[in-house]
Amino acid sequence: MLDRPHRIPAAARAAALASGRPPFPFSAIVGQDEMKTALLIAAVDASVGGVLAIGDRGSGKSTAVRALAALLPAQNAVEGCVYGCDPERPDSGCPSCATLGARPRSVQRRAPVVDLPLGATEDRVVGALDLERALTLGEKSFEPGLLARANRGFLYIDEVNLLEDHLVDLLLDVAASGENIVEREGLSVRHPARFVLIGSGNPEEGELRPQLLDRFGLCVEVRAPDEIAARIEVVKRRDAYERAPDAFAAAWAEEDGKIRRRVERARKRLDAVAFDDAALETVARLCVTVGADGLRGELTLMRAARALAALQGAKAVTDRHIREIAAPALRHRLRRNPLDETGSSARIERAVADVLG
Amino acid sequence: MTRAAARTSASARADAAPSTAWSDAAIAIALLAVDPKILGGVWLRGAASEASQRLVDLLQDLLPPGAPVRKLPANAPDDRLLGGLDLAATLARGRPVHDRGLLAEADGGAIVVSGAERVTPGLAGRIAAALDRGAVAAERDGFGTVTPARFAVLAFDEGGPDDAAPPPALTERLGLVIPLSGLTRADLASPSPFTAKHVAAARDRLAALETPDDVLEALARAALALGICGVRPLIFARAAARAAAALAGRDAVAEDDLALAARLTLGPRAVCLPPAAEDDEDATETPDAAEPDDSDGAGGEGETGDPRDLAEQVLEAARASLPAGLLDDGATSRVSAASAGRSGAAQTSKRRGRPIGSRPGRPEGGARLDLVATLRAAAPWQRLRRRERASDEADDRVIVRREDFRVLRLKERRRALTIFVVDASGSAALNRLAEAKGAVELLLAEAYVRRDEVALIAFRGAGAELRLPPTRSLARARRSLAGLPGGGGTPLASAIEAATLLAEAARRRGDAPSLVFLTDGQANVARDGTGGRARAQDEALAAARLLRARGHKALVIDVSPRPQPRARDISTEMGARYLPLPCADAASLARIAATNA
Repeated sequence: MLDRPHRIPAAARAAALASGRPPFPFSAIVGQDEMKTALLIAAVDASVGGVLAIGDRGSGKSTAVRALAALLPAQNAVEGCVYGCDPERPDSGCPSCATLGARPRSVQRRAPVVDLPLGATEDRVVGALDLERALTLGEKSFEPGLLARANRGFLYIDEVNLLEDHLVDLLLDVAASGENIVEREGLSVRHPARFVLIGSGNPEEGELRPQLLDRFGLCVEVRAPDEIAARIEVVKRRDAYERAPDAFAAAWAEEDGKIRRRVERARKRLDAVAFDDAALETVARLCVTVGADGLRGELTLMRAARALAALQGAKAVTDRHIREIAAPALRHRLRRNPLDETGSSARIERAVADVLG
Repeated sequence: MTRAAARTSASARADAAPSTAWSDAAIAIALLAVDPKILGGVWLRGAASEASQRLVDLLQDLLPPGAPVRKLPANAPDDRLLGGLDLAATLARGRPVHDRGLLAEADGGAIVVSGAERVTPGLAGRIAAALDRGAVAAERDGFGTVTPARFAVLAFDEGGPDDAAPPPALTERLGLVIPLSGLTRADLASPSPFTAKHVAAARDRLAALETPDDVLEALARAALALGICGVRPLIFARAAARAAAALAGRDAVAEDDLALAARLTLGPRAVCLPPAAEDDEDATETPDAAEPDDSDGAGGEGETGDPRDLAEQVLEAARASLPAGLLDDGATSRVSAASAGRSGAAQTSKRRGRPIGSRPGRPEGGARLDLVATLRAAAPWQRLRRRERASDEADDRVIVRREDFRVLRLKERRRALTIFVVDASGSAALNRLAEAKGAVELLLAEAYVRRDEVALIAFRGAGAELRLPPTRSLARARRSLAGLPGGGGTPLASAIEAATLLAEAARRRGDAPSLVFLTDGQANVARDGTGGRARAQDEALAAARLLRARGHKALVIDVSPRPQPRARDISTEMGARYLPLPCADAASLARIAATNA
């Protein structure tokens, strides 16, 4: 029995206050097309299952994720629900909605993009007893954690390979079930926690566990630009942003707006994008040819290709879409041969050439 | 900025003048004080401890009055680093009180990391996140906080030349790199060339400072020629040049500023030698030859010509600070191995096991009290308990009862570390090396599921070399194993010693090392690098006895075509298992090594 069931987490307010300046605009990121496309696909169709960005440090992985946060279309949420439930699709199991009466009002909010910083303790991630209320008022109430805040949005873990094992296990459980179950300190709470997992990291700092790797729908490799012109452009834009963040963001606002509208249109169009049997067969043959483990690869490739088609305004998925997204959808699912120096991207390229010609 | 030019003549004059390393360090610290936001910090390599305090003082003097400078121990725990519940204050006041942690305390000042080579990837990642955001985001102990933390970093890297570098997540964010070798006593007494006034004036000048368009291109070309990838070094070089110009009182970046910036930011990060100037073969030997129009351009108003020429000059300046050994055989892989760091090994903390939660119980028999959990357990009952007490007790202390106690659940994990010690001498070496490499990679493939580690020491010619510091990263292993050279004599004693040291270090961290030697036992190079079969053999046997005395588990695989008594003798002295395997393949080596561990 809870005295006061749910509170709006103080951390959400703190995070909003601390970001005094606008994030670096998404459209101002030089190059990195594969990463940008993957993030947009995840924004269009959450069921694709998250994005893992690995590769060179300082190549703008975190920048891109934070930029995406500013770009995401607004969403409707049940007013007063701590978990931000969707008014169109009410969750009968949501403990917060249950306290709000039969016809709660709906509000518009930003889609949440929640950071899971290194060093986070379990109580903050899953939620725990609200210490302040307990100490000052003698009340026993549940303070939702990061997983609650990330519901219907994104959960971002920078340096995901440095995350503590016990937190990884916890995330895997919740990501699989879409529900967070807290049984601690005499509390018994279960609440919806459906989020898109975004991770970034550098494999040189230790490999990711296969279970976690598999959880990400798309895996993109990020490289710092090689060409002098691109490098110079990156530095120039960075400098312009550092000098006058607001003016810089304003200058790119229109471009960002275009991308936001593309995401919105793609979301609406998604269900109407045709996926014929020929495309299905292409996907299946591709997965067999590269030897991607499990059914998850096939499903992800299908969904990602469909989201990509929607983003590009196409009416049906074609080979072109499958070709473009094959590497990010499959490269982290290949069976590893430690003696084979060939990178997984190259293996996929070969398979794509075999299957699609 | 005439300092760079003056330096050469100054150091030649008398030993009372500051050494190059010292004046570079002093300049770097001044540049950092001018633009800490972009430059991030200074990575001081090979720092002597007497020098480090003096350098910290230098920085303190240049920062605004009252700026905090915080020392960060290499093993700082999260609650100290990121902040958390201030238990004492919480108990005293009867409501949760937050303690903001070291990183946030350094806001507006600097963090000093001594023993940077011992920093774990986890700690590096936390510092890096704060550097990137200018704030610490923490989700700990009931608090979700984002606290400003704009600080500069002085990282003292006391690792020797054979040690691996601190985690790249940290060093790649420190704009300036200074090798602190050849310091003199006079250095420590020499005053800073700059004052807080200079720095304050330079800061004011920075915003309006002009950067000619070709500057960035020149730096980009130079970086490319030095094999430096990524965009950060460029940002650092540009910022260093601007800070140098501001410090010199200029309105625009001049060639001297670029040269200084290249020396302090690009040169030390070089991974390959720049190609010699096409038109002038002697460019390397005579720096002046590459600067034809330098006489009137130096210290000028940013009058720079073709970016290609400028890039050539920048390169020339960077050459002055190329890492030592870049010219040696196999140096590129050594440098990259160093830049990849010893993070694999450092990943284990000094603590035995890490907390994975808490459980009810009493803090006895070595169990550590989990204060926060205990407090949490006690917290909700305070009102009730107060009411139960006599009404005249009006204090607001937290009432903790025996049933509230929580103790930490620790997960003890002794990670297995397999150290391969591979004989790379002689003509047959290439073959054995290939198999050893294959075995290492096979073991790694399994290791990353079990979280075990692998390391590799190769020996040939004059000595042994740690080719692969303890790691479970396949990517790093591949890179550091690629192009492992073979041939030369057999310095077996050195190899056994190096392996013993590595095993000792692993054991101190709480890991469980085991050693696998692949050799024919034909030692013919003594520890001092000289030839002589008899002495080399004796020393090898002595080293083997020492290894045994330390009680390390070892396996000697005799790889000579016909098994010799020599390798068997070595293994006997080591107390090791002996396996004659003239044509072992990678798979069987991996299998044997796995059973050895």
